[in-house]
Amino acid sequence: MTTREQILEAVLKNQPESMPLPDIGMFKGGDDDTVRKYIDIFKTIGGAAYLVDDLEVVKSMVAEQFDTTKRIATTLPEMQDIAELIAPAIDPHLYEDVELAIIRGHFSVAENGAVWLTEEVMGQRIIPYICQHLAVVLTAESIVPTLHEAYERIGLGDYGFGGFIGGPSKTADIEQALVLGAHGPLTMTVYIIR
Amino acid sequence: MKQTETKDHAGLAEDFIKDEERVNWHDGALWYIREKRDIASKQIPEWEALREAASQIKNNVISNLHDYLLQFEANLTKNGVKVHWANNADEHNAIVYSILKAKGITEMVKSKSMLTEECHLNEYLEERGIGVINSDLGEYIQQLDNEPPSHIVLPCIHKRKEEIGELFHEHLGTEKGLSDPTLLTRVARKHLRNVFLTRRGALTGVNFAVAETGEYVVCTNEGNADMGAHLSEVQIASMGLEKIIPQKKHLSVFLRLLARSATGQPITIYSSHYKKPREGQEMHLILVDAGRTRQLGRTDFRNSLKCIKCGGCMNTCPVYRKSGGLSYHNTISGPIGAILAPNLDMKKHADLPYASTLCGSCSNVCPVKINIHEQLYKWRQVIVKEGYAANTKALGMKAMAWTLASPEKFSTAGKAGRWFLHNIPFVVNNKFNPWYKQREMPEGPKESFAEWYAKNEK
Repeated sequence: MTTREQILEAVLKNQPESMPLPDIGMFKGGDDDTVRKYIDIFKTIGGAAYLVDDLEVVKSMVAEQFDTTKRIATTLPEMQDIAELIAPAIDPHLYEDVELAIIRGHFSVAENGAVWLTEEVMGQRIIPYICQHLAVVLTAESIVPTLHEAYERIGLGDYGFGGFIGGPSKTADIEQALVLGAHGPLTMTVYIIR
Repeated sequence: MKQTETKDHAGLAEDFIKDEERVNWHDGALWYIREKRDIASKQIPEWEALREAASQIKNNVISNLHDYLLQFEANLTKNGVKVHWANNADEHNAIVYSILKAKGITEMVKSKSMLTEECHLNEYLEERGIGVINSDLGEYIQQLDNEPPSHIVLPCIHKRKEEIGELFHEHLGTEKGLSDPTLLTRVARKHLRNVFLTRRGALTGVNFAVAETGEYVVCTNEGNADMGAHLSEVQIASMGLEKIIPQKKHLSVFLRLLARSATGQPITIYSSHYKKPREGQEMHLILVDAGRTRQLGRTDFRNSLKCIKCGGCMNTCPVYRKSGGLSYHNTISGPIGAILAPNLDMKKHADLPYASTLCGSCSNVCPVKINIHEQLYKWRQVIVKEGYAANTKALGMKAMAWTLASPEKFSTAGKAGRWFLHNIPFVVNNKFNPWYKQREMPEGPKESFAEWYAKNEK
C-alpha cells in the first residue's frame, strides 16, 4: 500500500459520522458609509488613504509624496510618464530595487482595510511585496463592507495567485514593539477615486 | 537545538520563574494581546455566531476529511501543483530533500511553519548539506539562538530586546548594546532581503487549504512567505491533513476570526492565495499525517484538529503566561499544545495536561470552540489509566482516593491537617512540600464545616 492509500484508509476508518455544513448566508456587513469606514480602518493599521477625483490627482500626489528620482513601476498605462510599465514575463529578481509600485486594486474591504489583488493587476507576483513603498488605486464604489461580500465578489477566481494586502508590512516580534516595514513595503498608500 | 527535554513542565517552569522581572513582563505582554483580542472581537456584533459557524465548518471537515482530501488533491493536480503524501516526519523530510536535490538546490528559505518545526526539517536538511533560513523575524531570532519557538504566533516573546541585540551583535555584527526594536528589525530586513534574492527554493506553511479550488492560503504580517515564494524556482508547501476547508467562501469566516483572535488585528497584512505555479516555477504540496489520523480516531480528542493556530489560548492562559512556552518542551505549547502533544507521545508529554488550572479561559477565547480545558481533564484520566502519570501524582491520587472514600477518614484527615497547620506549621511549610514553593500556606480554620454545622444546627 502506498503512503497515500495508508493515510486515506486511516482517515476513512477514524473520521466520525458526517456533520452538516452551516449556512453562512446571514453574515453580511451593515449599511454604514463604507468609504469613510475603509479610510478610518486603513489609517489605524498604519496605511494612508486618500479620496481623489481622478488619476491626474493621483499623479501629482505621487510626485509630492514619493522620491520620483528612484525607480517607479506600474501596471497602469496612465502612469507611464512617471513610471515604467511592469513586464510580466521577465525575471522577478530584476524588480529588486523598485522604490514605488503603483498598481490597480480590484476592490477593498471596509472592515479590515485589505485590498484584493491578483497577479493580473500586480504585473508580477513579487511586485507588491518587493517594492519599498506600495500605492494602490481603486474606485470608491468597489469597496465592500466585509470579507463575506469580498469572497462573493471573488467567486472561485480565475487566477494563479491572488492576495489581500492590508497595510505596510509589519512585525512586533521584538518585545511587542510595532515596527512598520518588516520584509515587505515600508508604507502603503491607497488612492480612492470618487 | 538546546536540550530542554530532561525536565518536565514543572521543572522547566521553575527555571523560567526564577527571573521575576522577566516573568512579570512576559505575563503582562501576553495579557495585553489578550486584551487587544477582546477589543477586536467586540467590534463584531456577530462574533459569537462566527465562532459557532467556524466550529461547525471544522466539524464538517473532520467528519468528511477523506472526500475533501481527494477533492483537494484532484484540484491541486489540475492547477499544476505536484502533490505528495507523508505518514510521518521522516517521510516528509525525505520528500523535501528529494525535491531540492533534484534541482540541485543547497539553500532554502522558509516562512513560519510549525509543522516543519515539529518534523525537525531544518536539522534533517542541514545534516544533508542543505542550509535553511527561517525568515519570520521571531523564528529567525530563535534560529540564531538555536532554540525552538516559544509561541506559535510570537516565536521569541520570552526574549528581552537586549538579549536579541546581543544575538545580532554576535551573529550579524551589529554594534554592541544595540537594542532598539526598529533598528534591529531594519538590520534583519537588510540581511534577509539578500537571503530572499539568492534562494532558489522556498518553503511555506499553510493556514487554509480550499478543497473546492485546490488553492491554499498563507497568512503573514511581515510578507516573508511571499518574498520567498515569488522569487523561488521551487515552491514547497507543507500542511497537516486538518488544514482543509470545504469551500472558498468559508475563508471569509476564518480570516475574520484568525487575526482578531491572534493579535487583535482586523486581518493579517498578507493573506496570500496560492493556486498555480508561475511561468517556469515548480510548486509542490506535501500532505502530512504525523499523528493526525490517530487523533481523528480518539473520540474525546479529535476536535483538537479544528485548531487554526491563532495562539489565543496561550495569550489568555495563566499557566502559559507565567511559565513560558519553552517549558512545554513541545513545538506547539500552551493549552492547545497540551492536548495535541500526548497524542504524539503520551509518555514524553504526560506532564502537559497537568500544566493547567482547568480555568477554562482557553475554551472561552478559542475561535473554533475547541473544548480545550475539558480535553486537558480527559487526557489526565487517560494518562493515569495508561500508567504514565508521574509517581508522586499517582501516589498522591491513591492517598486522596483512600481518604475521600469514607467520611470518617476524611474527617480524621481534616482534623490532622488543621492540627498540623496550627501547632507545627513547619511540617507543611517546608521546602520538601512543592505546594509551599512561592506560596504562603493559609492559616487553617479552627473547625471544619461539618463540626461547625453540628454545633450550630437548630
